[in-house]
Parts: sequence; structure tokens; C-alpha cells
Amino acid sequence: MSLEMRQVPLAEGLLALPAARAQEKSSGDHTAVSGPQSFQIVSFKWGHVQEPYIIALWILVASLAKIVFHLSHKVTRVVPESALLIVLGLLLGGIVWAADHIASFTLTPNVFFFYLLPPIVLDAGYFMPNKLFFGNLGTILLYAVIGTVWNAATTGLSLYGVYLSGIMGQLKIGLLDFLLFGSLIAAVDPVAVLAVFEEVHVNEVLFIIVFGESLLNDAVTVVLYNVFDSFVAMGADNVTGVDCVKGIVSFFVVSLGGTFVGIVFAFLLSLVTRFTKHVRIIEPGFVFVISYLSYLTAEMLSLSAILAITFCGVCCQKYVKANICDQSSTTVRYTMKMLAGGSETIIFMFLGISAVNPDIWTWNTAFILLTLVFISVYRVIGVVIQTWVLNHYRVVQLEIIDQVVMSYGGLRGAVAFALVALLNENKVKEKNLFVSTTIIVVFFTVIFQGLTIKPLVQWLKVKRSEQREPKLNEKLHGRAFDHILSAVEDISGQIGHNYLRDKWSNFDRKILSKVLMRRSAQKSRDQILNIFHELNLKDAISYVAEGERRGSLAFIRSSSTDNMVNVDFSTPRPSTVENSVSCLLRENASSVCLDMQALEQRRKSIRDTEDTVTHHTLQQYLYKPRQEHIHLYSRHEIIQNEDEKQDKEIFHRTMRKRLESFKSTKLGINHPKKLNKNHKRDRGQKRRTSNAIPNGKIPSENPVQDFTLKEKDVEFSDPEENYESLHTGKGVDFLANVTKQNCTDATSGIDNPVFSADDDQSIYMKFPPWLSDEDSVVPSQRARVQLPYSPNNFRRLTPFRLSNKSVDSFLLADGPEERPRAFLPETTHM
Amino acid sequence: MGCQSSHPSAIPELEEIMEETGFSQASVVRLYDRFQALDKEQKGYLSKYDLQGIGELAVNPLGDRIINAFFKEGEELTDFRSFIRVLARFRPMEEGKSKETGRPEPMNSRQSKLQFAFQLYDQDSDGKISRDEMLQVLRLMVGIQVTDEQLACIAERTIQEADQDGDGAISFEEFAMSVEKLNIEQKMSLRLLK
Repeated sequence: MSLEMRQVPLAEGLLALPAARAQEKSSGDHTAVSGPQSFQIVSFKWGHVQEPYIIALWILVASLAKIVFHLSHKVTRVVPESALLIVLGLLLGGIVWAADHIASFTLTPNVFFFYLLPPIVLDAGYFMPNKLFFGNLGTILLYAVIGTVWNAATTGLSLYGVYLSGIMGQLKIGLLDFLLFGSLIAAVDPVAVLAVFEEVHVNEVLFIIVFGESLLNDAVTVVLYNVFDSFVAMGADNVTGVDCVKGIVSFFVVSLGGTFVGIVFAFLLSLVTRFTKHVRIIEPGFVFVISYLSYLTAEMLSLSAILAITFCGVCCQKYVKANICDQSSTTVRYTMKMLAGGSETIIFMFLGISAVNPDIWTWNTAFILLTLVFISVYRVIGVVIQTWVLNHYRVVQLEIIDQVVMSYGGLRGAVAFALVALLNENKVKEKNLFVSTTIIVVFFTVIFQGLTIKPLVQWLKVKRSEQREPKLNEKLHGRAFDHILSAVEDISGQIGHNYLRDKWSNFDRKILSKVLMRRSAQKSRDQILNIFHELNLKDAISYVAEGERRGSLAFIRSSSTDNMVNVDFSTPRPSTVENSVSCLLRENASSVCLDMQALEQRRKSIRDTEDTVTHHTLQQYLYKPRQEHIHLYSRHEIIQNEDEKQDKEIFHRTMRKRLESFKSTKLGINHPKKLNKNHKRDRGQKRRTSNAIPNGKIPSENPVQDFTLKEKDVEFSDPEENYESLHTGKGVDFLANVTKQNCTDATSGIDNPVFSADDDQSIYMKFPPWLSDEDSVVPSQRARVQLPYSPNNFRRLTPFRLSNKSVDSFLLADGPEERPRAFLPETTHM
Repeated sequence: MGCQSSHPSAIPELEEIMEETGFSQASVVRLYDRFQALDKEQKGYLSKYDLQGIGELAVNPLGDRIINAFFKEGEELTDFRSFIRVLARFRPMEEGKSKETGRPEPMNSRQSKLQFAFQLYDQDSDGKISRDEMLQVLRLMVGIQVTDEQLACIAERTIQEADQDGDGAISFEEFAMSVEKLNIEQKMSLRLLK
């Protein structure tokens, strides 16, 4: 679309530009426009701006291209964006080359490593689902280290073997060159993998494994690459055993050192953000600058820079998120996503452009084809062997389908290309062959595998669940079993390395958080942690009242719905059942929960609409057990986490119930057992009499509530809290959030005397007439059922009971200025 | 909180526990550590509040029911022995024949796993899942977007589907029948516990 516009400055620029980056030498030629003779009102100074100008234009082109791609959903659903970008790059490169016959714009290693890669990796680290990551760290490390070494060695050696047999003809290559090539082509590339995996939607464990592997194998790649590079430089004859040992040692130094640098900078960053209270405006800047410094520092010390910035992001996220204010947090999130997304776009486009350069192309069919075959085959073999070993130790087994996806998802990308471009032509004689092979490999994996992986996954899934359609009972009970198992796992502490995690969270609470977090943030955390020990009645009620007034409206969300197919607000409301099926299909394809299969089948055989609807409802609204959660990281989207919503819902219910039973035991503290029993019976009775109106479900009669509810809901779906759940679990974090706000509001949520009689009264009175006239102040149905329980505490309980009303009055106080911010994620998300 | 792994000798009744539950010594030690970690005040027993303090359970729809299942009817506390007894149901089953062939019914049988699940549904422990009880569980497990009418309908159908003797409730046998195709052994086993 903007082709001509771009072409004009380009054509001119090209005269002066050997490459986009390194062209300062000649840039002065054009600037001698204005002479000393006379003053010119307007002067044309292209040379003055050309470099940034061209960069900006390229970014613009790439971004516009993205818009165009997404105009048609049909295309983007089938073809991964990265593949489209590469093709676009090829086209643009062709145009530029046709105009100029010089390949002036290539992806230079310098630009790539210094400017394009860091944002992507930082983004990955900062939004890393920590729990998942550390839970699978062992697996990830095995794949990253052993897997990469395996790939590098086997690919290099096999190629060498074939070379010796003479198929490739005469090449000026020794064993070391092959190994060098093997090492740079071995590593799975974080950029490419993410770009494709994100669109494929695999389950979270699989995702984190491949993703983590691609990040962490950088250390291995860098070391192998450096080692072989210097071996090649030294010449094969001069390499001694000592050098090999040094190589192995350097692996540990590079990886651990990189990690260490990252952690140090994370510490620094957390510490700095603790004191930025008065400079909120530049708060987000610290996050970027310090992280970037960690990258550069590691690079400077020739440690693994990717590891450094990854771990910087991983380690600081918790503290930074707790320290910086909400606006800054939003800024950080969006900026990071923007930078990462932009970098990725540019990388793929330039990969395409770089390929259009006849100078680098050296074709050797045997070499190129064999490389492709070897990397695929050895990847499969490596994955299968390692998985076999791992499955002996893992809680969550990696199944065959996972292994297929993992093998097939071993995409190579820009890192390999940048590394190969870095090679010294004088030492590595066949550099051009390596470069062209790498380009072919990258294109093949990104385009071909990227295109086919999605159908493959779907086909495999279909294969697996075609056998039988589950009955209602099986569906329900099966889900219940999943929940039971995960609960028992939590109780028995069987998931992950719990002992270590316990130790760590202890250490974190006692020391790290104290040092790195603001006092207000700390306070709320501590309170939350001991929540159920120090609970007394008053606290309990104020807690829930707080929780209620902030979020519980979620409970009455859909009471107004009438038909059989309810849809929550986040999904477009489908008009018919059929419609909702396809909508479901689309959504459910996003998790490996196979449910989609059942749906598909059901759609084919609509034998009984009611039955179908029942199944759908269950399908859609049965809470998902932990394992089925969708992965938590996405580069392109700020996630509105479904799980989080679910967690919140459940959390509310749980808390309510606990409080109710808690109250009853507390009231009759002398005879806890007896009363508890009574209470149970009472509750049972109540259930029956009230026709089992479940807890947490307040039938609402007030349409206004629906409005406030949405608002609150949006505020709460603030994804900021997503990743915070290191040891407390999301639900508790939510509470933490509530109390945190309390604390900062200086109303000190716990001992809040707000619930004295007077205040109740005032809340009552403050209740705005425009809200109340639709529905005079009638306690909710549930409240009516339950109030008689505790006549002594009638006053105390009123705010709790009426809180679906009092929300509004609270809201009035802080509603207006919150609203715009609260809506931000929703709108920009689109 | 247990700073180090407890020594096996520190665990009361270790032998009996291993005998009764079939856990290996390592597992018992591990669970004992966990028990102590949960027991924040070193009381020697767990109360419901200790278990409720586990963050993940608060977001598990069946969390509280499962917590309650750890406590005997009317009791507020559980000691290690009862604690591990409950967990023993979730021990994976041995493949093929194992050492303990003499036992008629190990604690981790399919039957006892199912029983555990069944009692979560059957809150008044009359041996049947009534319509109300089904509805309650559904309400716990289904998102709030679903209306009560829908849920009632679902509950009705679920019961109809499983109910064979036509009494409008699901007995344990019917329950077991309805899920006989599910791989309970795998679904209800903690893989790490041996």
C-alpha cells in the first residue's frame, strides 16, 4: 500500500547506503546543499535524517503489513503471521533489489542482537508464568542442554559423515566446520517458536517446555558456537584436550554467569522501583533500562545475554509488579508487548528481505537437503529419548501427541541466521553455503512446519478423542475427579518441588520481600498469608464485605439471562445455538482439553436439542481443572485470563462459605462441635427450603447492578495480577489486592470500624436515590434466608448482607476516576 | 516448618502406617514433612484452617468439600495417621502383582477411590446422591453464568441417566456404573506417591 511512498526515499537513500545500519561514512555527501552565500528558508536535508528515517519507514511498513494480514481472518488462521512476514520480506527485498541491484537492507547480527532480540526475550521473561516455569525447570533444562548438544553433535557429525562419502562434492570444509554449523543450526529459536506456538494453542505444560527450552538453550548455543568458532580459527590440528575441557567449563561459566547477572539486575531493579513513589512518570523506564543493561552487561562479559535478560525479567516481575503503581504497570505491559511484537515483525520481515541477495547464495542440493533431514530426524529422536527418560520422573506425563508437537515445533529462526552471518569468511571458507542453508532451514521450518503444525495438532487431537462420546455423568464426574485430584495434590504437596518451593517462599517472605517491596505491599501480603489463622469474626466480616463490595457482583452477573445458552461478557453473544457451537469450537480449540471434539460430534448429530444444550452448557461452564488451563503467556495479547475469572468466582464462593461456617462456629465458641453440626443441618434445611439457592448466587432484581457489575468486572480482570501467584495462589492474591487497596487507602481494612451501627446507617442513607428507586432496599433473597441466624450480629452483618447495594455507594466515591483506566485493557485489546 | 527432611524415626507409628497404607517409607516421610509444613503452629494435628490456608484450594470448586473429607464427622482436627489414611486412597495402584497380595482390599482400590468421590457428593451420607445433592455439586462446579433452571435441568438429566432402579437418586453402585468407562485408576492417583 505504501510502496511508492517508501520507494522514493529508498531509491535515493540506497545510493548512499550499503546497509541500513553501517553507512555513516557516506552520509555526509548529500548534506552540502546549503552554501554560505545566502540563507535558505527551506532546505532539503535528506542525508541529515536518512538513517532514522529509513528505520522508521521500515517499521511503518512492517506494522502496516500486520494490519493488512489481519484484515482477512481466513488467511491468518491458516498461515502463521511469521510466514506471511517472511513472504512479504521476500517480495519487498525483490522490489528493492530490482530497483537497485544491491542488497542494501539485511538483518545484520549487530542490529539483531542489540536491538531486536532483547525486547522479545525481556517480554518473555517478564511475563513468564513463573510457577509453571520453575515447576518444569528440570525438564526444560534437560531439553535445552542435552537436547541442543545432541542436535548439534549429531547433525554436525552426520553431515561430516555424508561429506566423507563424497555426495556433496568438493567443499573446503573440515570436521570442525561441520560441528560449528551443527551448533548454530541446532538451537530451537525462541522468536520463531513463540510466533507459531502461540497460534497453535497447545497445553500449558507443553508450551512452557518448548518455550523455556528455546530460551535457555541460548547458553548452549552461544558456548558451542564460540568454542567451535575459535577451534576453527585455531585450526583443527592445534586443538588439544585442554581446550575441550575449557570449552565445557566455559559452558558453566557462561550459563551460570548469565543467570547470575540477570538475578543481580533483577534485584537492583526491584530495589529501585521500591523508591520511585515520587517519580511515577519515569517508573516504567526503569524496568526497561535496567533490564537492557543486564543484557548488555552479560554481553560485555561474554556471558549468555539471553539468559541474563530472561532471568532479570523472571525474577523481578513479582516485586516490580507489587511496587509500581497500576498506571505504570499498564504502561510497562503495553510497552513491552509493543516492543516485542514490533521486533518480531521486523525480524521476520528482514529475514525475508535478507534472503534476496544473490551474493550469499551457494547452492548445494545434497548439503541443504541432508541438513533439513538431519535436523528433523535428530530432533525427533532426541525428543523421544529424552521424554522417555523424563516420563519416569514427571508427574504430568508427556504423551505421544506432546512429543510429536515438540519434535515438530523445533523451529529454527533468526538467532541461527544472525549467528551464521557473524561467521568470519576468512576462517570459515564455506560461509556462504552455511548462510544459504541456514536461510533455507529457517524458511522451511517457519513456513512449512508453521503452516502444517496446526492441522497436525488438530488432526492428532481428533484422532484421539474420536472413540466414544462421553455421557453426562462421565463428563461431570470426570471433571469432579480432576478437581479432587488437583486438590489432593495441593494438600499433599505433590506438584513440583514443593519442599524447595516452601523453603523459597519462606525466604522470600522473610527477607526478599522485606527488602524489595514497598511496605504497603508487604503488609498486605503478610496479612493474607496468615489469613485463616488469625481470623476473628470481625476481620472475617470486614474481609468479605470488602471482597463483596469490590467484586462479588460477579455473582449475580447473569441472573437476567433467560435462554438456554448464556454467554459471558467476554465473548460475543451468539444468537443461536448453532452459532454458539462454532464459537465454542473456536474457543475450545485453544486448549488441549479435547472437549472441542465432543462438541464437533455433537454438532453433527443433533438428535436432541435439549440434550445438546445440556452438554454444551456443561462443556462451557464446568470449571476447568488446573491442568487444562490455557498457557499464560502470549506475546501479542494482554491476556484477559479466563482462568483468573474462574478462580475469582470460586474463590468468592469458597470464602463466603467458609465465613458462614466460621461465623457459626465462632458464635457458639463454647460448643463448637455441636453448633457446627446444628449449623450443617440448618444449612441443609435452608438449602431445601430455599430450593437450593446456592451460595454465591444472589438473584438480582436490579438492572442497575448489571451495569456496576460490568465495571467492576473489568477492573478486576486487570491482568496485572496474573503472574503474581508464586506461592499464595491466585485467589489469595486477589484478596491481597483488595486489602492492599485498603491499606493504601489508609482505612486499614482489618480493624475497620466502618461496620459500626452508625456507619451502616450512613451507608444506607448514602445509597443514591437514583439507584434505589428501581428496587426499594430489600435484602437479597439469600440475605432474607440467612439473617435470622445471628440476631445478635444483625447490625454487623448488614453491610455484608446488603453489600450488593452498598457497592454502589462505595463506588460513587472512587468510581469516576477509576473508570477510564479500568476500561483500557478491554478497548486496546481489540 | 520442617527445615530438613524429617528422620524416619521421628514419625510416630511409622511401621503401622506403612503397613496400613502401603506407602513406601520415603513417601511417608515426605508426607510427614508436608503435614508439618501445613501445621504452622506445630500443634501435632491439623485443623480445617490449616488446610484452608492452602491458596490453591480456595480456587478449587470442590476444595472445601475435600477439606471436610479429611475430617471425621463432627471432628475439627486430624492427626497424621488419619491424614495419611485419606491420602492413601490416592496412591497409584501397583501394576500387576505386588508384595502385598495377602490384603483383600488395599486402600487405594478403585472402589475406595470411588467411595471418596461419592462421599463428596453424598453430604448427608445416606448412601445416595439425591437430586439436591447433585444440584449442589453442579452449582459448585459450573460457572455462575448458568442459571438455576438450567442447572436443575442438568441435574435431572444426570440423575436420569445414571439412575437404574428409578428411585430418583444415585446409589453408590449406580455411581460406579456410570463412570465405569472412566479410567479412575489413573484419574485419581497421585503419580509421585508410591
